[in-house]
Amino acid sequence: MARAPVLTFTDRGIFCPAGGFHIDPWRPVDRALITHGHSDHARPGHGRYLCSRQAAPVIRHRLGPVRLETIAYGETRRIGGVTVSFHPAGHVPGSAQIRVEQDGEVWVASGDYKVSADGLSDPFEPVACHSFISECTFGLPVFRWDPQEAILAQINRWWAANAAEGRISILGAYALGKAQRILSGLDTGIGPILTHGAVETTTEILRSQGCALPATVAVTAGISAKSHPRAIVIAPPSAQATPWASRFGPNAAAAFASGWMRLRGVRRRRGAETGFVLSDHADWPGLNAAIRETGAERVFVTHGYTAVFRRWLESQGYDAGIVQTEYEGEGIDSAQPDTAGDVPG
Amino acid sequence: MRRFARLFAALDGTTKTAAKTAALAAYFRDAPEEDRLWTIALLSGRRPKRAATATELREWAAEAAAIPLWLFEETYPVVGDLAETIALVLPPPGTDSGLPLGVHMRGLISLAGQPASVRRAAILSAWDGLQPDERFLFNKLITGGFRMGVSQGLMTRALAQATGVAETTVAHRLMGDWSPLTTTFAALVQTGDPQSDATRPYPFALAAPLEAAPETLGDPQDWLAEWKWDGIRGQLIHRAGAFALWSRGEELITGRFPEFAPLADFLPAGTVIDGEVVAWGGTGPLPFAVLQKRIGRKSLPKRLLAEVPAHLLAYDLLEEAGQDLRAAPLCLRRARLEALLHALPPGLPIGISPALAAADWPALAALRAAARDRAAEGLMLKRRSSAYHVGRKRGDWWKWKLNPFTVDAVMIYAQAGHGRRATLYTDFTFAVRDGDDLVPFAKAYSGLTDDEFRRITDWVRKNTLERFGPVRRVVPEQVFEIAFEGIQASPRHRSGIALRFPRMLRWRQDKQVAGIDTIQTLRALLAGQRGYSTPAPPEDI
Ligand SMILES: [Zn+2]
Ligand SMILES: [Zn+2]
Repeated sequence: MARAPVLTFTDRGIFCPAGGFHIDPWRPVDRALITHGHSDHARPGHGRYLCSRQAAPVIRHRLGPVRLETIAYGETRRIGGVTVSFHPAGHVPGSAQIRVEQDGEVWVASGDYKVSADGLSDPFEPVACHSFISECTFGLPVFRWDPQEAILAQINRWWAANAAEGRISILGAYALGKAQRILSGLDTGIGPILTHGAVETTTEILRSQGCALPATVAVTAGISAKSHPRAIVIAPPSAQATPWASRFGPNAAAAFASGWMRLRGVRRRRGAETGFVLSDHADWPGLNAAIRETGAERVFVTHGYTAVFRRWLESQGYDAGIVQTEYEGEGIDSAQPDTAGDVPG
Repeated sequence: MRRFARLFAALDGTTKTAAKTAALAAYFRDAPEEDRLWTIALLSGRRPKRAATATELREWAAEAAAIPLWLFEETYPVVGDLAETIALVLPPPGTDSGLPLGVHMRGLISLAGQPASVRRAAILSAWDGLQPDERFLFNKLITGGFRMGVSQGLMTRALAQATGVAETTVAHRLMGDWSPLTTTFAALVQTGDPQSDATRPYPFALAAPLEAAPETLGDPQDWLAEWKWDGIRGQLIHRAGAFALWSRGEELITGRFPEFAPLADFLPAGTVIDGEVVAWGGTGPLPFAVLQKRIGRKSLPKRLLAEVPAHLLAYDLLEEAGQDLRAAPLCLRRARLEALLHALPPGLPIGISPALAAADWPALAALRAAARDRAAEGLMLKRRSSAYHVGRKRGDWWKWKLNPFTVDAVMIYAQAGHGRRATLYTDFTFAVRDGDDLVPFAKAYSGLTDDEFRRITDWVRKNTLERFGPVRRVVPEQVFEIAFEGIQASPRHRSGIALRFPRMLRWRQDKQVAGIDTIQTLRALLAGQRGYSTPAPPEDI
């Protein structure tokens, strides 16, 4: 009788029968291996957690006192009948792909990933495998990212132009990953950097882990457009256009940084905001390159345009399947996650 | 193309009219001169012939992107726009061609009629030299679905700001049949081109629908009442060596109405007449449907000319002996017009649109109720002391239609019918203008003949921008007169209104999208309906 596959797909999440653990499960389980700290991957309520050493501080902060073990990138660990190791996914600081080997058969669950280096996260590392479980949030050929330097330069130009007009700039970005990626590229000569509480907390944690990030000021009661007229405010998207943001005055310029900003329709639906095309997910060429480099014959796709992407992979000669997950990812029009546990884009 | 893309980004990034005007004025100051000219042409609806069909563009883009066509088709609905899907799906540009808008436009024009291989090579090479935002605009120029959110009025204001030429002068200079290929920015806007001046029409004065009770207009003796004719609004120009008939859509229609040519022999040079072209039944006009037999036909067989003779019902004199009369009061212009027409020999296809005499408003209302017997749509009320305005200026010209419940709207979606009509596109969604946007407000599926449905079906197939299952979004180009029995407020609808029994009264192939009604018209109808203490009189239903 053939043994069960190395990884299976259940209504609680990806499950490894021989290891007795789940990967990024969305319902409580005994043992959870977590790829990264975004709220749709690191959920509360599991018996035991295992994550990368770099991801642990944020996950501890978000989930409180849980039983959490850590593992270094590349370190192998025997769990039940399988060997697991974590490898950089390049998505956000601490994010990992999880490699599971059973009797010489290798599966990799990518979690969320991007292939271009962002200067903060350990860069994506291709891991050879037989079966690859890949996200495909932006798995359509219209999604193609410009280099990060070009986008950060656009953001600085936008901020400088607003500052010259005496308008505060409010930039929406997810609290874990996107916010720090932007912070690391801001030109502090333009003005002060203010942060929403959710961004400030995560930034402080990453700073204490050694990320080089500029000085930020958390927005508190006394801070307004008057006190910091040339400032840029980094806030979770959901905090924009709320009473919290009204302190920056009716003239404040709003913008949003997300891969979805590539589409004019999405930009227009979000009103008069400026859109910066900056994503922590792989673009179309990135997804294709990453999948090719694993050497996998079988690919399972999760969050995104799974049906279309699967058909594409099949046309490219892969044995492809779809995994139904409850990772929220970022829907095309959602972009409104809660402020505490942000969902990535 | 860079500068043009920057202009588009500025216009696209704001909803404020002042900001749009400023962005456009800046562009008219510093863009390459030829590009300014092309921009004016594009914004006033002067588009070149399509250099490629939507189908060709999809195939070429998929090939260039090295993706199968099915993947392109799956991606398109996510993006929601064909021009943008192509722009984004193509690989990054290999070069920066740096070519300005004008060069691309001339290139596209030269492609018309070329074999597919030539057009394909030219378009692929253009794509390869453009950034995604430039490609998007380039594709929009080809597909024709180009909307920059700029009205003719806004553009005219921006041009006036940029050049210091008075707004009304700019508006006049932009009228008529000019082409960026044969004029220059300086000649068109700044100095005016004497050569094209000869046949250039004046901007038409437009009437607003009268929704309030006519008594609100004051003393009826201050008003000139005429029939509101149901024909084609036209401006007849006879100047030294030039004879022209223009439609309100700024189309030169001289050749389509050869019976007017003899007027050149009798009207003094330097005459411009505003009036209505109608099909003539000997003593009065025939219904519009009769005239429509002549619209949109390439050839005019003798039989048709005999069956449907055209006649001009003149109602205003804009120029006499080469002198612009538009600032003079209507009563004076009217007297001169009557004298001019009186001096003509009998038998010419022109006559005055008679002034209707009535002692008071109820008497006029009674006349209006009988308008249909005269093949008229109702009454026109024009203030006797009024100048001939540029465009629609509320207060002096009113159309008091017999059936207040008709609007001109543009088709934006089409869906196939059922049963016998399953092969035809028969269910349409219509939109009116809201500033620079189109707002859907009604669906209708009746009122056209089978032959018209067949023709519109053909057109829909060739002009689909986007598909959602059985529904096609089409190029907003086909204007229909929509009639309905009632109107009410409806927060559930995006337009904020709901219509009772909307239907297509007719397909207005003589009208352009720029001339359709606005959401304000509908709101005013709604407000007017509420304002009446009694229900609408029976003749309005
Ligand atoms: Zn995710
Ligand atoms: Zn994530």
